[in-house]
Amino acid sequence: MRFAFTQEQLSIRDSVRALLKRECPPARVREAWATADGRVPGLWSQLAELGVPGLLAPEDEGGLGMTELELVLVAEEGGRFAAPEPIGDTAAVAVPLLRDTSGPPRARWLRALATGEATATVALDDAPYVMGADTADVLILQRGDELHAVERANASLEAHPSIDGSRRPFRVGWTASAATLIAHGPEGRRALTDAQDRGAVVTAAELVGLARQMIDVTVAYVKARHQFGKPVGSFQAVKHHLADAHIAVEMSAPAVYRAAWSLAHRAPDASVHASTAKALASDAATLAARKALQCHGAIGYAFENDLHMWMKRAWALAAAWGDAAWHRERVAKVLLSTGGN
Amino acid sequence: MDLTYSAAEQAFRQEARAWLEANVPREAMPSGDTAEGFALHRHWERKLFEARWAVVSWPKEYGGREATLMEWLIFEEEYYRAGGPQRIAQNGIFLLAPTLFHFGTDEQKARILPRMAGAEDLWAQGWSEPNAGSDLAGIQSRAVRDEARGGWRLSGQKAWCTRGAFCDWLFGLFRSDPVAERHRGLTYFLVPLRAKGVTVRPVGRLDGDAGFADVFLDDVFVPDRDVLGKVHDGWNVAMATASSERGLTLRSPGRFVATASRLVELYRRESARREVDPTLRDAVVRAWMEAEAYSLYTLQTIAKLDGGGAIGPEASVNKVFWSEMDVRLHDTAMRLLGPHAELADEAWTKGFQFALAGPIYAGTNEIQRNVVAERLLGLPR
Repeated sequence: MRFAFTQEQLSIRDSVRALLKRECPPARVREAWATADGRVPGLWSQLAELGVPGLLAPEDEGGLGMTELELVLVAEEGGRFAAPEPIGDTAAVAVPLLRDTSGPPRARWLRALATGEATATVALDDAPYVMGADTADVLILQRGDELHAVERANASLEAHPSIDGSRRPFRVGWTASAATLIAHGPEGRRALTDAQDRGAVVTAAELVGLARQMIDVTVAYVKARHQFGKPVGSFQAVKHHLADAHIAVEMSAPAVYRAAWSLAHRAPDASVHASTAKALASDAATLAARKALQCHGAIGYAFENDLHMWMKRAWALAAAWGDAAWHRERVAKVLLSTGGN
Repeated sequence: MDLTYSAAEQAFRQEARAWLEANVPREAMPSGDTAEGFALHRHWERKLFEARWAVVSWPKEYGGREATLMEWLIFEEEYYRAGGPQRIAQNGIFLLAPTLFHFGTDEQKARILPRMAGAEDLWAQGWSEPNAGSDLAGIQSRAVRDEARGGWRLSGQKAWCTRGAFCDWLFGLFRSDPVAERHRGLTYFLVPLRAKGVTVRPVGRLDGDAGFADVFLDDVFVPDRDVLGKVHDGWNVAMATASSERGLTLRSPGRFVATASRLVELYRRESARREVDPTLRDAVVRAWMEAEAYSLYTLQTIAKLDGGGAIGPEASVNKVFWSEMDVRLHDTAMRLLGPHAELADEAWTKGFQFALAGPIYAGTNEIQRNVVAERLLGLPR
């Protein structure tokens, strides 16, 4: 038993962090809100140079053959910088889904996604919107126990703008065919569960990064802002808000790392672990957003302040891939059922 | 990252589980915070010691097994899983002993530790006073030098001493230099509670047990050999190991994981019997997830310690989390029990009342949140 990342894993995280710090500062995220695709120009290809899209792809498909453990560390950085890039949908969900299935889309898309030449968006279950469907090359969609990969050109899109200007939700009309079928039947259901778990865990990791960032910027602010002749961060009421947020994040991060390990090792409880991670991280990030805003006071409510970009991403991701209550109910079905006893 | 247990860890778990299954009393013991229960618990502590399960992480010469931190954690999991009795020895073995290992002389260790492990001497804390609670450095109890006899004369009052009415010894801080700055003039003393000049007055707790005591000291002589660490350096001696206890040993995850499992059982039982508040389903899972989170956070901490790290102010993160989680776990049980919760013999109700003390003892959570904000987040004092 050893609950710690390796130096190699941490150095992958550090290089992604350095790249995002340089190429994805808040000003670039703000610019992305106003661009046609909501993305930071050139950032995906820079992430691809580090191997991010293909972390989970086999080496002979242009990937790095790594695991969810490396992926959550990278996703946490993506969250910290509110990177408006499809790390979750493409790298964490679409790539391993195609890797593990044998339908026609594997040959068509796996290498292109793993190398960063193409991106994917994923909408499973009853997700009403497909994020970034206008810029993704391929849309991964579900119909019953069938999973399909639909080329963007073959889908009809209807935009529904998000409060987070770099997220672009669409309602999508599409037609299934033999050529788009990734998996179905028992294989489809298994692939669906894996995809849900991976989507939940990678989103939980992004939420941990967002929460850490909101705490960091708020700590900096309350140290600098003076009232009554003192930094407002010296007041106990402010300290306790931030302590609560910090404790919630510290207690949720290990659950995310454990879930990543369980996915990587195909542990029997992986779905329960994934749901535990997402529920804890959603609540922690929502709390951190609330505390960050309150500790900023009026300036945090101003559109010109960057805080709202992290908050809105946190709100969106807390609800994406199942919100906290949805995941607790998913665990309840396993934990509390009396039928089996 | 490797989240599987090694063969040695699994073997350790099996050995602990087998012994506990064979030896943990089937009938619940009376509270160790009563005179009758304390005597029975002392007997249980001796039984643990004789089988070398009382202090698994200690050196063998003092009755331990030299278990790793991970093995200690496994033992705790098994202990609470088996429904093991409360540990009346805990304040000695978890709070005083680490300080003794760090600051004690060889003579002190040889004299004190085996008797502590074997429950021949049970220890009470003597930190708080009527005017020194959260502001612990406000201690007023005095230690006056007695050069002729080679020791100190202690006077004053210690308050909220857990099981102080039944324990044999007390450890605590006394003001040995009346003029020094308040953190500097304190000395750490070990005080026999049967000594001349000591008066112990039991104080009833919220749940009715005489679990607390006021300890009055009137010119009590303590020889030099019962000073722990350097004279006037008591604050540093007390604080050096305080955070590791608050953070890890005092409340290991096994206790809460076991409580969460019992809560799940309670939910199954009650919801099979009647319509329960539909929001309780969510509350039970939430509490269960929090116990999981604390368990995983602790595994991460142990990996840090194994890698040469130390626990400092991070301990305050633990303390706030476990104490408030424990309240939520028990509060959820109270809601599940509905009108049965008020019955005096309901174990959950006893646990609920005890859980409410968690955010107060071992440093109030208000103080812990200040520590988190100032020492981990870097906010100004």
